[in-house]
Amino acid sequence: MTGVSRRGLVGGGVAAAGLAAGAYAAGRSTAADGAPHPDARVEYAFRGAHQAGITTPAQDRLHFAAFDVTTDSRDELIALLTAWTAAADRMTRGLPAGEIGPTQGSINLPPDDTGEAIGLDAGGLTITFGFGPTLFRDDDGKDRFGLADRQPKALRTLPHFPADVLDPDKSYGDLCVQACADDPQVAVHAIRNLARIGFGTVAVRWSQLGFGRTSTTSTAQSTPRNLFGFKDGTANIKSQEKKDVEKHVWVAPGADAQADWLAGGSYLVARRINMHIEIWDRQSLGDQEDFIGRTKDTGAPLSGGTEFTEPDFDMPGSTGPVIAEDAHVRLVHPDFNNGARMLRRGYNFVDGSNPLGGLDAGLFFIAYVTDPDTHFIPIQNTMAKHDAMMEYLKVTGSALFAVPPGIGPGEYVGQSLFA
Amino acid sequence: MRKPLLVAALLVTTPFFAACTENAKDDGGKSADGRSVSVTSTDDECKVSTAKVPAGTVTFNVTNDGSQVTEFYLLGDDGLRIVAEVENVGPQLSRQLVVNAPAGTYFTACKPGMKGDGIRADFTVTKSGDEPTVSADDQQLVDTALANYSAYVQDQSDQLVAKTQEFVKLYKAGDDDAARTLYPEARTHWERIETVAESFGDLDPKTDAREADLEPGEKWTGWHRIEKDLWPELAKNYTPLTPQQRATYADDLMKNITTLDTRVQGLDYTVDQIANGSRGLLEEVASGKVTGEEEYWSHTDLWDFQANVDGARVGFEGLKPIVEQTNPALAKTLTTRFADLQKLLDAQKTATGFTFYDDLTPDEVQDLANAVNALSEPLSQLTAAVLS
Repeated sequence: MTGVSRRGLVGGGVAAAGLAAGAYAAGRSTAADGAPHPDARVEYAFRGAHQAGITTPAQDRLHFAAFDVTTDSRDELIALLTAWTAAADRMTRGLPAGEIGPTQGSINLPPDDTGEAIGLDAGGLTITFGFGPTLFRDDDGKDRFGLADRQPKALRTLPHFPADVLDPDKSYGDLCVQACADDPQVAVHAIRNLARIGFGTVAVRWSQLGFGRTSTTSTAQSTPRNLFGFKDGTANIKSQEKKDVEKHVWVAPGADAQADWLAGGSYLVARRINMHIEIWDRQSLGDQEDFIGRTKDTGAPLSGGTEFTEPDFDMPGSTGPVIAEDAHVRLVHPDFNNGARMLRRGYNFVDGSNPLGGLDAGLFFIAYVTDPDTHFIPIQNTMAKHDAMMEYLKVTGSALFAVPPGIGPGEYVGQSLFA
Repeated sequence: MRKPLLVAALLVTTPFFAACTENAKDDGGKSADGRSVSVTSTDDECKVSTAKVPAGTVTFNVTNDGSQVTEFYLLGDDGLRIVAEVENVGPQLSRQLVVNAPAGTYFTACKPGMKGDGIRADFTVTKSGDEPTVSADDQQLVDTALANYSAYVQDQSDQLVAKTQEFVKLYKAGDDDAARTLYPEARTHWERIETVAESFGDLDPKTDAREADLEPGEKWTGWHRIEKDLWPELAKNYTPLTPQQRATYADDLMKNITTLDTRVQGLDYTVDQIANGSRGLLEEVASGKVTGEEEYWSHTDLWDFQANVDGARVGFEGLKPIVEQTNPALAKTLTTRFADLQKLLDAQKTATGFTFYDDLTPDEVQDLANAVNALSEPLSQLTAAVLS
């Protein structure tokens, strides 16, 4: 079984989900012991109406990088995006980043692919690009690349939220690249090669590794658990919910007069949320469940049923509603946030331990929304002020990017912005 | 932690001997000993799998097959005394209730919708070799613990009012050196009862918010606002408060402290709330004090640290006679670990109080953090111990 035809996948993750499952099944059928066939590849097309890596079924691994642009030249910036497009297109097909490859070139030259992915297939790799507010205007408001009049209204530095203790070395950035794959080596390989291609034009500002997807973007996936041990993102948007994806994820044409280039794109909110793991682990099971508003076992809301039963926020309990007023599930629910929903594709992270011996760990939150002003900022403020779970969280990184729409053949990523 | 004492005044005292509840799990073969009872609560029925069990540790697996939240009770022979209870079982959910039950006659009761007397049935616990030992003094121990804790909180609150009064007077008068000296001392009384003080969701942010806790445009008041004004060295381009502004913030703090004091007078506690409060105070140490984040401007974190530990220890010591009966090993561990932590704090005591946080070496901070972890882990068992 070779890879699924990428042409068949244009259009993004919805089609891909079915095809990927098909590829997997086909692989299995040829494996004598019933184990997944080692050649059962998953590939997602790089080009399409929307960028891949948003509604694509969430892969298990992440390497996310934010870059600062170091050049003043618009042409160099465009050249970089063109080069990145070519490399990303190749790598998502399981090919080397460069045309020559890791071992085929001149003995006297460094290879144009770093080589750690030799022998690995595409691994379900998706590469998603975004533009930060500082690409349009610098801190003094100066237009950097003649793009200022096209800066989306909602694209600006996120406000300070209560419990934000931001590390500037883990926040912000002019550009972002999200690489998701089923194999961590594939994701790291992608960022490493893109960074290499970019040196001289961009510099890595920060990057984040993630494992254990903490959200589900497809109904075919089971809900994973975050590092608090709870199912996470049960009620978030799945790619199959097409109407909600249109309404809450993609920027509609005409939504922002000065940034029509963003139509078909989205906004990416990245938040590095440290969890006070050790302190959380000392909370009683009952308290943990009350903070979240769901059972730890099945993820059912405390108002009963199973994981996907809609919570009943009015159901009385012994002291107030059975789902507490400060329960996480209540405060972030669309019913209390003007119907706003998010498409999330966050990941757990553990960056070793901190100087006090605690895990430097938490959730690298990524949400794709149609407008952060309606779909993130008010919800985050509510959560920061009232959510019982906040006691165990500290946000150490934050960034907002505008994610351009997908591209057709011959185009480079973000071309609509520079057109 | 979740403001556990908020509802203190509203709750009936949880009876000692009562219960610990958890998610229903597989019986793991327990049913073989005849002490595992399955209970199915519907909107109009309460099916209990057996009406008779031998004395010892009895496990009720309560499943709610009804359409509203239910509760399950084991009541004494008078039909009034609650021996054990499990609350807030949502539809289609299950909870486990573990009871250490001596021989006697009881009632079981499901309460669908949490209304009325519940659907009751007779329940008998027969004599067995596993009879739990019951001391006649148990209720006495509980009553003493509750009374002592209540008195402690009131006493700390009184001192908080007095010291804050003195502090705001010095601050308003511009006697900054004296105000700086008094600041951590006054806060000691706040920090000793912090889990009680925090339970008032309206007062806590006005009184104890740090600058990072605010959202843009939100007004910052309270202890830490004044702290920044008294220790502005770290602040960039800081404009000192005018005497009028000082008076405004000082009077506001005093007003809120006075309100807190009034509210504290009416509070009653339960043993599990005291235990949770002890755990919560150590949590405060771990999340804010041992990291030096609480007193960002003044670096007087160790005063707060000590005060949190004081409050936690007083809570534990009040409960200790109970824990010594239910879990003597835990009582011993906690006693030792409190002493170990105190030893480290004693080493940082100075003539005027404590070492400032920014003068601690990384090794000293690490040792303190390790001792906090060592104490906090067993302390998280305290609530279950006083309820078992």
